[in-house]
Amino acid sequence: MLAFYYDKSFEGLMCAVFDAFKLKKMPECLLVEGEDMPLLVTDFHQVEYRNSKYERVYTALQKKLSQIALNQLLFTWLSELPESDLIIFRYICKVFKSTNSIETDFADADVLAVYDIAKKVNKEKHHIQQFVRFNSIQNPANSCDNNDKIYFAVIEPIYNALPLTTRFFKDRYADQKWAIYDEKRQYGYFYDLDKIEQICLNDNDPLIINKQINQDYLTDDEKLFQTMWNRYCHALTIKERINPKLQRQNMPRRFWHHLPEMQGK
Amino acid sequence: MIMIQEKMISKLEILAESAKYDVSCASSGTSRSNKSKGIGSASRCGICHSFTADGRCVSLLKIMLTNYCMFDCAYCINRQSNDIPRAGFTPKELAELTIEFYRRNYIEGLFLSSGIVRSADHTMEKMIRVVKILRQEYNFNGYIHMKAIPGASNELIREAGLLVDRMSVNLEIPTERNLKLLAPDKDHQTIYQPMRHIQQNLLENIEDRKKIKSTPKFVPAGQSTQVIIGATDETDNQILQLTAKLYKRPSMKRVYYSGFIPVNSYDKRLPVLQEVPRVRENRLYQADWLLRFYDFSVDEIVNDEHPDLDLTVDPKLSWAIRNPQFFPVDINRESYQKILRVPGIGVKSAKLIVMARRHRKLNKEALKRIGVVLKRAQFFIICHEMNTFKVLDSSAEYIRLSLQDTPRLEVKQQSIPQQLVMGW
Repeated sequence: MLAFYYDKSFEGLMCAVFDAFKLKKMPECLLVEGEDMPLLVTDFHQVEYRNSKYERVYTALQKKLSQIALNQLLFTWLSELPESDLIIFRYICKVFKSTNSIETDFADADVLAVYDIAKKVNKEKHHIQQFVRFNSIQNPANSCDNNDKIYFAVIEPIYNALPLTTRFFKDRYADQKWAIYDEKRQYGYFYDLDKIEQICLNDNDPLIINKQINQDYLTDDEKLFQTMWNRYCHALTIKERINPKLQRQNMPRRFWHHLPEMQGK
Repeated sequence: MIMIQEKMISKLEILAESAKYDVSCASSGTSRSNKSKGIGSASRCGICHSFTADGRCVSLLKIMLTNYCMFDCAYCINRQSNDIPRAGFTPKELAELTIEFYRRNYIEGLFLSSGIVRSADHTMEKMIRVVKILRQEYNFNGYIHMKAIPGASNELIREAGLLVDRMSVNLEIPTERNLKLLAPDKDHQTIYQPMRHIQQNLLENIEDRKKIKSTPKFVPAGQSTQVIIGATDETDNQILQLTAKLYKRPSMKRVYYSGFIPVNSYDKRLPVLQEVPRVRENRLYQADWLLRFYDFSVDEIVNDEHPDLDLTVDPKLSWAIRNPQFFPVDINRESYQKILRVPGIGVKSAKLIVMARRHRKLNKEALKRIGVVLKRAQFFIICHEMNTFKVLDSSAEYIRLSLQDTPRLEVKQQSIPQQLVMGW
């Protein structure tokens, strides 16, 4: 059994495809540098990252695949599922080996897997758009100006879908400073009314305590609006039709502790 | 300070309570990006931001401007003769609240409704005031759905339509006779009037936009309406025939069905219901979907012979059982339209099937992976490596029994376990 070692990046994966075609050898598993070799591996190859390799593979892919399929591959990559890199790898190899387009061959296991995983990641992207809750906080960098607010949200998505949503939030909230922080992966994005930049908070940053925003940072009226929203959602419930299962189905529990309307549930 | 806040909160609660029986909450149908660096955008497929304990989505801030009303409709919680707390927002207050909620990503926009105060025109003017503040002072670019008040003048409807994304007028009761009985202040004439105004304006607007492209759009997401189910004695046939007629109008995007909830149980004109007719409501939505996305005609679903939908199986399956001559459908040969009619195959899997079969013949395994519910579909299809057609060997009754919905939990609980009694 042959194994490829690569640097666990999307670009690196493209280089692995390049090497496979160059060496005319198909790996059965993909490993990260430093990872232990599985028992049955008899042979291995170290993929060296080079920008030229990546670009060659990616341009060739662009020629052979539609934008939709390219996005599906990217979405599958962002799922961070254990086998996702191997699925993408096999998919790309099939694309290059076949003379006609394979992207709608849904009877093929890998094509369908990419389609399904991409759908799941897309769903998580949509969940972020639905359930991000901004808290208005005092700008920590500028504590003397009372009107310098940042709308801050903490999320813990199961897939790494945050990068897919930044364009949406930038368009929608163009006139307010906002930040969304992925607590699970310890990074986020900040929009300063002009551009989006990636941010990282230190482990002991006082802004986030116990995966929640430190209440001391909230602006004076923030609690009021959270209460109003909470009470509004309760008033809107039709008691004759209570259906908690449907509620959980549409709004999974894992989002609840960041939602003001579900506080105390 | 605390007093003012508490007052604001209770006002919000009262007006939410009054607005909650309106089912419509869609924020779909418009796609608009934020060009002016203001606040807000509209997303084509709509976004639900929360779900209440009854499982319904919260997409828009669904609220009444006021719940004072001079009408006395039997089915409505806000009828004049009801003794409920009443309140009203000023347009400024409501606009500000909408913006604050929007900035926190709680909502997609505003769904504005109102009780009728003084006159239809007066009420409409006040509602337009809210929307104007949002669009012009706050530069708000998000979704707005506004109720058109029956009896409002065409000028006001035109003004409102240019500011909002969707307008709706609720039919509430499907037939005129029953409407007269329950809502003596209303008649179908005054309800259809604003519907027609909206449609005319929309069609004129489309023509205008062909000449001058910069003309602002008139209700880009069209109009919708709602009918109450189970408050009066209409059959599903009557309701769906009405729906089909409404969908023929170019501006009508959605008809909502609202299972009747006895809010005014003292009114003797209303039926006494133990429970909200949820299953019937669900079946009507399924039939509605068949009309809009599956290319069914209304007479195929309900007709004089079958005036009501079958509550035990869904309308598509029920149609399939009644029409065995249509089957089997060969998955690898038949047209998309025919495949779409097979129970257990939805729009998504039908599309995947026609794409995937170009590459190779599809067998049962492939269909399963694509997402076809074989449990249902197996009776109606043939595919690669499966040539025996099952429906021939299975009676209609057998299919019905094996596929009907399991009785709902409440029904199960009612069959209380009993002591086993021996027969001697």
